[in-house]
Order: sequence, then C-alpha cells, then structure tokens
Amino acid sequence: MGEANRTSTQEAVDSQREADQPHESLMAYFGADNPLKLDAGVELTPFQIAYKTYGTLNAARSNAVLICHALTGDQHVASVHQETKKCGWWETLVAPGRPIATERYFVICPNVVGACMGTTGPSSTDPQTGKPWGLAFPVITIRDMVRAQAMLLDHLGIDSLFAVAGGSMGGMQALQWAASYPERVFATLPIACATRHSAQNSAFHEVGRQAIMADPEWRGGRYHLEGTNPRRGLAVARMGAHITYLSDAALHRKFGRKFQDRENPTFSFDADFEVESYLRHQGISFVERFDANSYLYLTRAMDYFDIAADCGGVLANAFKGTATRFCVTSFTSDWLFPTSDSRAIVHALNAAGARVSFAEIVTDKGHDAFLLDEPELFAIVRGFLDGASKARGLNVLTPP
Amino acid sequence: MNMLTRTDSDPNLASAVRNNGGARVDLLLVADMVERGARVLDVGCGDGELLRLLAERKAVDGRGIELSREGVNECVAKGLAVIQGDADTDLGDYPDDAFDYVILSQTLQATRHPRLVLEHMLRIGSHAVVSFPNFGHWRVRLQLLFAGHMPQTNMLPYSWYDTPNIHHCTIKDFVQLCTGIGVKMERSVALNAWGSPLRLNAPWWFWNMFGEQAVFLLSRKG
Repeated sequence: MGEANRTSTQEAVDSQREADQPHESLMAYFGADNPLKLDAGVELTPFQIAYKTYGTLNAARSNAVLICHALTGDQHVASVHQETKKCGWWETLVAPGRPIATERYFVICPNVVGACMGTTGPSSTDPQTGKPWGLAFPVITIRDMVRAQAMLLDHLGIDSLFAVAGGSMGGMQALQWAASYPERVFATLPIACATRHSAQNSAFHEVGRQAIMADPEWRGGRYHLEGTNPRRGLAVARMGAHITYLSDAALHRKFGRKFQDRENPTFSFDADFEVESYLRHQGISFVERFDANSYLYLTRAMDYFDIAADCGGVLANAFKGTATRFCVTSFTSDWLFPTSDSRAIVHALNAAGARVSFAEIVTDKGHDAFLLDEPELFAIVRGFLDGASKARGLNVLTPP
Repeated sequence: MNMLTRTDSDPNLASAVRNNGGARVDLLLVADMVERGARVLDVGCGDGELLRLLAERKAVDGRGIELSREGVNECVAKGLAVIQGDADTDLGDYPDDAFDYVILSQTLQATRHPRLVLEHMLRIGSHAVVSFPNFGHWRVRLQLLFAGHMPQTNMLPYSWYDTPNIHHCTIKDFVQLCTGIGVKMERSVALNAWGSPLRLNAPWWFWNMFGEQAVFLLSRKG
C-alpha cells in the first residue's frame, strides 16, 4: 500500500511538471493584461499555451498552417519524442514531403486550453493558490480553445492563416475558426467531425466521465492534492471511448474471437479474448499520459459544441459570405462522426455560397482513420492545399 | 420549334473545335457558352475535366457535384471544389441565384426526374447549359427499327440492363420540355458522329436525325 502511494505521488508530481513545464515545447504566457474571455462568462488569467512549430514562416507571413489536435492529442504533431522515440501523432500528414509539407508551410500546433500537456488546464498550478486548479478550473468550450489560439497567433504576429486542419475535436476547432475568424482563415480542413456534438456522442462522454468520478481515487477532483490518481476510472473511460473510435469490421479484422495467449477459455473473468487484452492495454497506457480532470473538461467542451446554436439555429448563417475554402472529409465506417454529419456541414456551406470540397473515404478503420495511413486522404489534402496555395500565391518558396 | 433562335457562327468556338488540345469537343462547346469569370456549378462533373477547362480558359469560380466517390476524390485531389452528391436529391439544398451557370453535361438522361433537375438548375443559376446524347439519331432509330434491340452506340455504350441512362430523349423531346416549362433557349449546337457541329442553317428535323449529341444554353424567361 505504501509503495502504491509513493508511485501515485510520484506520478502526480510528474504530471504536474508536464502540465506546467512541458517537454520540448515552446511557451506563450498571457498575463493579467491579456485574459482569456471564456464563454462561461469568466476570465482565465494568467494562462499559458504550450505549442510546437515546424518549418519556416515566409517573409509575407502567409504560409502558416494551424493544426488542431483531438481530445487526447497534444502539440507534438510531427516531432519524435526524444526519450520515448514516439513519433508525432500526425506524422503521416505533417512532415517534409507529406501533404502538409513542413518545408513549404509554417506549421503551428498548440495544446488546447483545458488539456494537460502544458497549456493551462485543470491539472496546471493555479497561481492564486499555488495548487492544481482541479474542479475550480472554469468549464471551457471549443470556442474558448479557438479564442486562445487566436491570441497565440497575435503573439506570434500572424494575422492570417493559410490553413487550419484537424480531425474530430480538432475538426470542430477548424470549423469554429472559420466561423469565429473568417478573415483570418484562407482554407480549412475539418476532418471526421460535425458542427454539433450528437446526443449519442455526449452520452458516450457521460459514461466516461461517470467512470472517472466513480473511482474513489478521484476524490472530487482533488486527487493531485491527495496524492491519488483515478487510474481505473480513466482507463475504463478510455476503453469505452476507444471502441467508438474503431468499427465492428475493424475489431473483427484485428481480433475476431481469438484467445489471448491461450487455447481455451479459462471460465473466469481474465482477459481471455485478444480484444479484451487490447482494450485493457489501451486503458492502462492512456492513464500514463493523460489527466483525468482534463478528460472531464475536454469531453464537456465537445458536448457543448453547436455552431448553429451560436447563430440563431441556422448553420448557414455561421458561414454567411465567407471567403474561406473548405475541404470536408469523412470516413465510411466512422459511426462517431458519420458522413451524414459532414453532409450537414456541406449543405450549410452550399447554402452560404462557400467554396467547399467534400469527399468520403472508404475504409473499415472507423473514426480513427483520420490518424492512420489513408492514401486517399493524403491525396485529397495535398490536392486541396495545392489548389489553395496557388490561389494564395504561395507557389514560390521564400528562402528563410 | 421555329421559336428557337440558334446561335450565330462563333469564331472562338470554331477555333476551339479545331485546336481542341485533346479536350473533348462537347466540353469545349459547353465551355464556349460560359461567360468569363462566371460562377459555375457543374452537376455530375465526373473527373473534373470540364471544371478544369473552365478554370483554365474562362477563369470561372467553379464548383462541382458528382455522384461517384472515385470521381469526387479525383476532383478534390486536383484542387477542385467538388462535393459528393446527387443531382436528383441535392440540388434542392442550393439557394436561389447562387450561380451564373449551372451545367449538366451528359447527365440529364441519367437523372430520375429530368424536369425537376432542369427547373432546379434554372432556380439556382440564371443560366443552364445542358448537353445530352440524342436518342433520335439515325443510328439509334435504325437499330431499333431493323435489328429490333435497344440501341448501343459510342455515346450510349451500355446494355439495357446495366445502363445508368434511364431517361433518354431526342433533341425534339428536349426542346418540347424547355417550351413546356417556359425556358428560354438562347443557343444550341448539335454535333454529328464525328464531333463536328452541324450546319447552323440545317432544318430541325436534320438536327434531330444527324445530331449525335446536343448542347443547349438556357435561361429563365422574362
């Protein structure tokens, strides 16, 4: 028991360090003179944003591409982690020679507000108390995340983005960017997302949150102070969510009914099946890198997301008169953000007279497909960005 | 039918047809009917060849709808603003007067409700350009008359049981539809089997007999 407690305390200290001083990241600090005005009606101040950049900003400052990460992502979109040698989460798309070519574009990837990898969130230290925020952290929205990113761009002296791209919650931010700051976004690529979170998706999120809150180690969100960690609750939340990122076909292809390291069932509740063992592994490894309270806040932000509600219930009004180019992409086997969600975006954009491309990609990999090796997605992103580059006059590379 | 005023000889068109640079003649004819810099919606845009041509030669602001997923993905990868959609069901989502031209190239005969599609086109756009294979062409007539089977030609290569073309029409039929729904026919061109425009002073029955395909520029009346 004593051993377990020490480990928990050490973990708490480590995650605290990552939340306040993340590894291999750039930092932007916003003081009392520059608060983040939240949809909840309060101000977050002071706060900080952890971010990464790749490539070089050209002289005209016109080649910046903002990458927005998904629920459990971070700013390390394309970098190889020096210690773990783990690759960036979107290195298939963002790298030299890849569709979002870092020799051509200046890529910025910030950690979102509310997350736990260096941007201010519930596990960050509240400067007023010197202790982690915990549940005293205000509830944030996707629009708040985007507002903070706009402040980061001001800080970097970038008036207008060549493109914003993201999948899932990142796609929501890409759409919100186009709705909140149309004059600052030349092109946007919302992938596998929607303009509002569905009841089914909010229901899944609620299950995940309840799993965390039901873990006695959560301690009403004060686990950092009490040296505990709601590992089991967070792992169960992740296991449930992970199923929604896959598809029946992908699970069957990968695991079928195969047993894990055994020939026959044990007639117990061990992980007899490979799929059980896989899910348990997903849960356990997630706990190593993610903060339970951040999971509560970020899932909540997604639940609140509804662009049309901000515009009198008419989605097209959110994009009225926009000059931004849109490239909407969905995947056939994604049941979390099905193609019908993307079609709703496209209908609204058509009604608003926006310049929109929309492609549905055939895959059995489910929602996760946006992170995986999908050559058709790469061809579409590349073609769309090439076309937009021409229109933006980015053909000539400005030497650094 | 004599209410139709056919186009005067167009030197641009003539030279385009002669030096077509590998582009299909019917696409060049369609492109020729579109004003420079216009807002264009290409319904059933296929692999995006016409949109590309229009962007290059007419600097249009072009959008496309295509039913096949392969076609859409190919278009988007070319940098064209194309969405997956169905002419029969998705035109209703577009607001009035969103475009200067709505183009339906070789697709009318494959729609479920050609009349409704045409009406939507002229609601969404101030002009419509429609090209279609002429089912009144003499080869088509002869095949049915003498061979006694459903016609198959270069323009209509499918067997009756697997054709996407469910609403064939002749040039005469199409003109009647336009008249029936009160559409103004501004220009029209018929192409013979070799892809050359037929003589403009040829009579209508001649077009209907020897035109293998036709291209019409339409606008709202009044």
